[in-house]
Amino acid sequence: MIEEDFLSGNEAVAEGAIAAGCKFFAGYPITPSTEILEAMARLLPKVGGRFIQMEDELASIAAAIGASWTGKKSMTATSGPGFSLMQENIGYAIMTETPVVIVNVQRGGPSTGQPTVASQGDVMQARWGTHGDHSIIAMAPNSAQECYDLTIEAFNLSERFRTPVILLSDAEIGHMRERVIFRKNVKLKERVSFKDGIVTFPFDFDFDPEPHELVSPFPTFGHKNRVHVTGLTHNIVGYPQTSDSDVQENLLKRVIDKIELNRSYICRTDIFNPGGDILIVSYGSPSRAAIEVAENNRDISLLRLITLWPFPEDDLMMLAKNVDAILVLEMNDGQILREVERFARRAGCKRIEFLPKVGGKVHYPEEIESKVMEMRGT
Amino acid sequence: MTELFDFYREDRWPHMYCPGCGNGIVMNCLYRAFTDANLDIEKTVFVSGIGCSSRIPGYIFADSLHTTHGRAIAFATGIKLGNPELNVIVITGDGDLGAIGGNHFIHACRRNMDLSVICVNNNIYGMTGGQQSSATPHGFITSTTPLGNLEYPFSLSAVAASAGANFVARWTVGHVKKLTKSIRNGFEKTGFSFVEVISSCPTNTGKMNKMSDPKELIRWLKKNSISLKKLNIPENPYSTPNPLDLIMEGKIVIGTFRDANRKSYLGLSGEDGGSK
Repeated sequence: MIEEDFLSGNEAVAEGAIAAGCKFFAGYPITPSTEILEAMARLLPKVGGRFIQMEDELASIAAAIGASWTGKKSMTATSGPGFSLMQENIGYAIMTETPVVIVNVQRGGPSTGQPTVASQGDVMQARWGTHGDHSIIAMAPNSAQECYDLTIEAFNLSERFRTPVILLSDAEIGHMRERVIFRKNVKLKERVSFKDGIVTFPFDFDFDPEPHELVSPFPTFGHKNRVHVTGLTHNIVGYPQTSDSDVQENLLKRVIDKIELNRSYICRTDIFNPGGDILIVSYGSPSRAAIEVAENNRDISLLRLITLWPFPEDDLMMLAKNVDAILVLEMNDGQILREVERFARRAGCKRIEFLPKVGGKVHYPEEIESKVMEMRGT
Repeated sequence: MTELFDFYREDRWPHMYCPGCGNGIVMNCLYRAFTDANLDIEKTVFVSGIGCSSRIPGYIFADSLHTTHGRAIAFATGIKLGNPELNVIVITGDGDLGAIGGNHFIHACRRNMDLSVICVNNNIYGMTGGQQSSATPHGFITSTTPLGNLEYPFSLSAVAASAGANFVARWTVGHVKKLTKSIRNGFEKTGFSFVEVISSCPTNTGKMNKMSDPKELIRWLKKNSISLKKLNIPENPYSTPNPLDLIMEGKIVIGTFRDANRKSYLGLSGEDGGSK
């Protein structure tokens, strides 16, 4: 058994998926995520899983959701244009409460954009890409090791909350090679299914042993539960009931609350140097430069977001109330910036600066440091 | 044998379909074919997309997945590969399958994926109120072709046969016994089976084309159908004129267009495709 390897972020995602118990992958080639597709084609047959290359990304996520209904842990991977095509069925997975993991190795957009170049342009699309009110879980790795670890975490959260989970990697992280340790004794969350036999109220959360999770057991196809599943607004029996405003309100409230009320369980961040006068907020590849800055400047605080959605607002507000100013680093025109702004202001921090990089440029530690100097007026 | 109300959900009755809709006939034939093929309701999943016919699985007392518009076959592919022991049956319509879902349709045929697909072709978008579909015959009036349909329709059966489906048949809702037999044959066939049902939509297709009487509409379908056998054309899907065309010289060609035994997707992967 290999205990560690030298892998690209994309390969680490595939290894993480296998370690998490993924048994089904459907995908379509797209730069810069294709290595995940190729690795899954190689790895899945060895663990008795199934791989299929579909005709497009619409079909890829559909097949992954379909396989999930047979009880299999399922995944698909893509990049910007494919992620756009998947949006409708991400909403379907939210509405039908289907566990599925979607990896988006971000590239420059909009449209075909910059296929081989990293960006963080899909942060808001991950949050609001599908139509209608909803909540979502998304995480951003900043190393090959984290690609491995967070893929496992994505499966665990997906199974626990019966919801799609998005891993927002990028071309930089996906293509860099690093040492990856295959951790031992990783805790896996297995799906709670109904027992064999007819289930009358498959969408009633009262079934849950821990009601605060607002998640019912899963009526797996082929287990004689004989359940109707629809993307239409449905009652607790699973039947469409589209004109009843209360049914819609209850359903929406529950699929949103099961994520938002469990924010403290879901959200993960990395905090460096609490107590500094300046707070850097960063995630994904730019956070690598930010960590270097924090390690060399103990008076600069850093909040590295690992979970992007739901937004780790508690950690941000805790740090924001004690700093003079906040510096946000992103490889986009300002997406998580607005979340930082509204929660920082709520915590009393009025000064928020932004250092964006677009088009494939990367953040250098030196320029982050000089930006901090400039903010201090020194 | 599965009893009628062990197959259909009694608590969902009556169904939502308009008087005279062909879906009732299809549901009858589907039930009979299912019991004739002696399939296990507990080991069967019904999958559909969006549209009138796609609501049929909502009435069946089985595991069923009512998915997004056009994607039923892609979802069904995941279900079949997730658990090959399940029979996976797709109920779809001409809009769902022939237009928005066309890509998944041809690729599932090409893969000879182990699915049974029943397409209720009413030649129109019924649920949204009667717009032109990819199967609306040339010249027909719809709400989006008020001067008559300029375009020529897809022959969905021809597409399925040329794309590699193992079993392809077309009947109308006026051919109840033959339709039932073909649906059953499709269930029993390994690989991709496709049964196209030319259906009646008196509310839309009928009303706009002076055929709003359901009985008259079904009589019209029967009268204007011609058996593939009677056409005496060699069974070559590439010959001209195409014997698989929906309308040839004003007739709907009906019959079994293809009954092959090409290895299915699961067969090719070294597994017994089993029943579907």
